[in-house]
Amino acid sequence: MNRLTRSPLLWPLLALAALLLFNLVVNPGFFAVRIQDGHLFGSLVDVLKNAAPTLLIAIGMTLVIASRGIDLSVGAVVAIAGAIACNSLVSAPDPTSAGAAVVAISTALGVALLLGAWNGLLVSVFGIQPIIATLVLMTAGRGIAMLITDGQIITVDNDTYGWLGGGHLLGIPAQVVVAGLILLTVALLTRRTALGMLLEAVGINPEAARLAGVRSRSIVWTVYVFAALAAAVAGLMISAQVTAADANRAGLFIELDAILAVVIGGTSLAGGRYSLTGTVVGALILQTLTTTVYTVGIPPDMTTLFKALVVIVVFLLQAPRLRAVMARRRRPAPPPLPSGGLPDEAAAVLTGGPALGDDEHTPAHAPAPTASGTTGSGRGALR
Amino acid sequence: MRTTPAGPADPAAPGAPSRPVVEMSGITIEFPGVKALQDVDLRLFPGEVHALMGENGAGKSTLIKALTGVYSYDSGTVTVGGTERGFSSPAEAQAAGISTVYQEVNLCPNLSVTENIVLGREPRRRGSIDRRASRTRARAVLSRLHLDVDPDSTLGTHPIAVQQLVAIARAVDTDCRVLVLDEPTSSLDAGEVAELFRVVRALRDSGVAILFVSHFLDQVYEISDRMTVLRNGQLVGEHRTADLPRLRLVQEMIGRELATLEDLERAAAHPVPSDAVPRLSGRGIGRTGALAPVDLDVHAGRVVGLAGLLGSGRTELTRLLFGADRATSGELRVDGRPVRLRSPRQAIAHRIAFSSEDRKAEGVVGDLTVRDNLLLALQARRGWLRPIPRRTGDELVAKYMAALDVRPADPDALLRNLSGGNQQKVLLARWLLTEPRLLLLDEPTRGIDIGAKAQIQQLVAQLAADGMSVVFVSAELEEVVRICDQVVVLRDRHKVAELDGATSSVDDVVDLIARGGRS
Repeated sequence: MNRLTRSPLLWPLLALAALLLFNLVVNPGFFAVRIQDGHLFGSLVDVLKNAAPTLLIAIGMTLVIASRGIDLSVGAVVAIAGAIACNSLVSAPDPTSAGAAVVAISTALGVALLLGAWNGLLVSVFGIQPIIATLVLMTAGRGIAMLITDGQIITVDNDTYGWLGGGHLLGIPAQVVVAGLILLTVALLTRRTALGMLLEAVGINPEAARLAGVRSRSIVWTVYVFAALAAAVAGLMISAQVTAADANRAGLFIELDAILAVVIGGTSLAGGRYSLTGTVVGALILQTLTTTVYTVGIPPDMTTLFKALVVIVVFLLQAPRLRAVMARRRRPAPPPLPSGGLPDEAAAVLTGGPALGDDEHTPAHAPAPTASGTTGSGRGALR
Repeated sequence: MRTTPAGPADPAAPGAPSRPVVEMSGITIEFPGVKALQDVDLRLFPGEVHALMGENGAGKSTLIKALTGVYSYDSGTVTVGGTERGFSSPAEAQAAGISTVYQEVNLCPNLSVTENIVLGREPRRRGSIDRRASRTRARAVLSRLHLDVDPDSTLGTHPIAVQQLVAIARAVDTDCRVLVLDEPTSSLDAGEVAELFRVVRALRDSGVAILFVSHFLDQVYEISDRMTVLRNGQLVGEHRTADLPRLRLVQEMIGRELATLEDLERAAAHPVPSDAVPRLSGRGIGRTGALAPVDLDVHAGRVVGLAGLLGSGRTELTRLLFGADRATSGELRVDGRPVRLRSPRQAIAHRIAFSSEDRKAEGVVGDLTVRDNLLLALQARRGWLRPIPRRTGDELVAKYMAALDVRPADPDALLRNLSGGNQQKVLLARWLLTEPRLLLLDEPTRGIDIGAKAQIQQLVAQLAADGMSVVFVSAELEEVVRICDQVVVLRDRHKVAELDGATSSVDDVVDLIARGGRS
């Protein structure tokens, strides 16, 4: 129980649950899932399906943020990927064939790889600040997409390509399947190998990681390439869903949603420790919120306002200072020490362990008894 | 383990002024689950330098924070100038004449010296800052401390030592009766320390009570008139410095008969066969602007010390030997074969390991666990595709945590929650796990407590005895001379001499550093 209440995922999960409950009250059929033509249908399925592109981008963003970076260009990559795929389809000898779709998808992914490599080059080799380095592609990217589509909205008609947007596998929407598979792959790749730990080390202390022999440069480069690839897949999904490439609007502001999802999920923008589970929860919160706005009948133009409200509430609940205040409310006085002797922690101190109230720093779990907001020690001040 | 607290020195003893300006008594501070301070007394007399002594975790910082209003205390009293009062914020303490200068300079490097001195209490005229009055005030306080610093210069352009002195000037700019100096000398070299002490003495003679915290025993004995010793959050005793022999002080601090540093057996120097190929051999190794070309041979089983002041090139040399910076001249050979080190990875591939002097910025990965920190270098060498199997990792971690006595013995604790000494042990273990053949240690014992220091020194001797080559850098010459078989003396980015550790004394090294007869 204690572990649960301390988990950084607690508040995001509660927020998600509250949102879902609210929807259930407003629309009693919200949780209903039915099978129609062998496919799953229902509001929850829609939430998952619509969350998939943002989730994919947020997964890439999680790794980038863990490396102490940020990638603002993913929205542009979404537009470019859609534009390239659709352009490739319409100029193929047989635009409706499966072969044309495979070529289109591969071309889009190949270009995304190059774009990611470009970002990675600027950040890891030339040492340009990530926010600046990716701003380049963010601003240039839509222009590139417009060049490719010649300023037009290209519509396509290809069943194989369309599957990415509207198809099903075993009754599950294709977007959910693809996003789920990529999520699973990333989770296994980072947590079953040493990649996750090395990435976190680079994000927490790049110089220490370099001196320990970590290939920081290639790790950072790789995460930018992966972020671009993930964005491209999301771009293909988005364009396949509407069977068109819209260079102007596809993926607009999606980079901000992705960053929000990551941060709501508890990964610090300062880099280092990251949580893929948290990112999933964050992406689901954002999508549920959008769905809620539609369900309740609020004009869609106001969605952003509601997003902002929920986000600020989640952040406040996560803020260390607010949590400290609430914790003090709940426990006005620290429990008296057992008379039988000092607890284990204290015993460790007396035998020369790392003492609380240490000379060089105060451990994060030992706030000053009456923190007056001036102690500035530990996690609270840093995060 | 516990010794009876020695009674406070007799206040009527010669040299002790009549009334303390600050008197803390019975101070107890509890953090959840632990007593950080228990019934501690501290008296500060005007015109005295009072050293607060204790190992890491003894409660020195906590006591200072209780005095300066950062922490509030659970019981006890603080009397300032005869009236009982406590402070609930640093600003209140400062208003009462208690100023603090912390280990890291907490000033704004982008502002001018004047602005830093008057920041937050600028003289005003018609609602705006009176720049002329500010400058006059800064000049006054600088000249009071006999500091020759241009008040209009930007603070960041000065060396750390000068910034530290400006921090002191800022602290005494207000009506300051008590000055707290928390590890003010940890990043200063000998000349700068002398300058700092001159200022401290001037302040003392003007009647300010000074509370001085330092890990350097030499400095404490040089500057202090009185000491209070803490251990594990409890008062051990208050003494006049002149009455407390060093050995006794150390015993009080660590609470046991020290396997005294002085008794540390010098590992029998290993004679080097004349025809032996050095494990590492550098000819003319240098880097433009950082280090003039240096020749250096390190043989198997030998400890080579690099001695010199801060900025003498000792750190620069170790970084070149590890590929952390690239050498612009010279040739390196490992086991007789020429190598080029362009990155730490290449050095690691040659089984070279490097522990940086800047533990926090270049060693500790604070938000990772002790386990991950220990395995980091080994894992990096294996590459991310070949994770260290869980069980192998656990065994290695357990083995090295036990061997180096890392506390707490919890591999899942975050490294940043460990004390400085234990962090250093973890960093050393990180490298020992990779089984290096040449270990470069830059200030491995700086800022850590005496117990951990002795352990690390013993470890170095043991590793060399087992055949490892070690390059050992330390600002404490006594330590260098004691541990090293061979001492390379650096001065002003040049190598000036190479001594045999067994036959040289600290005085020889000091002499070379001071005279610097370039050989």
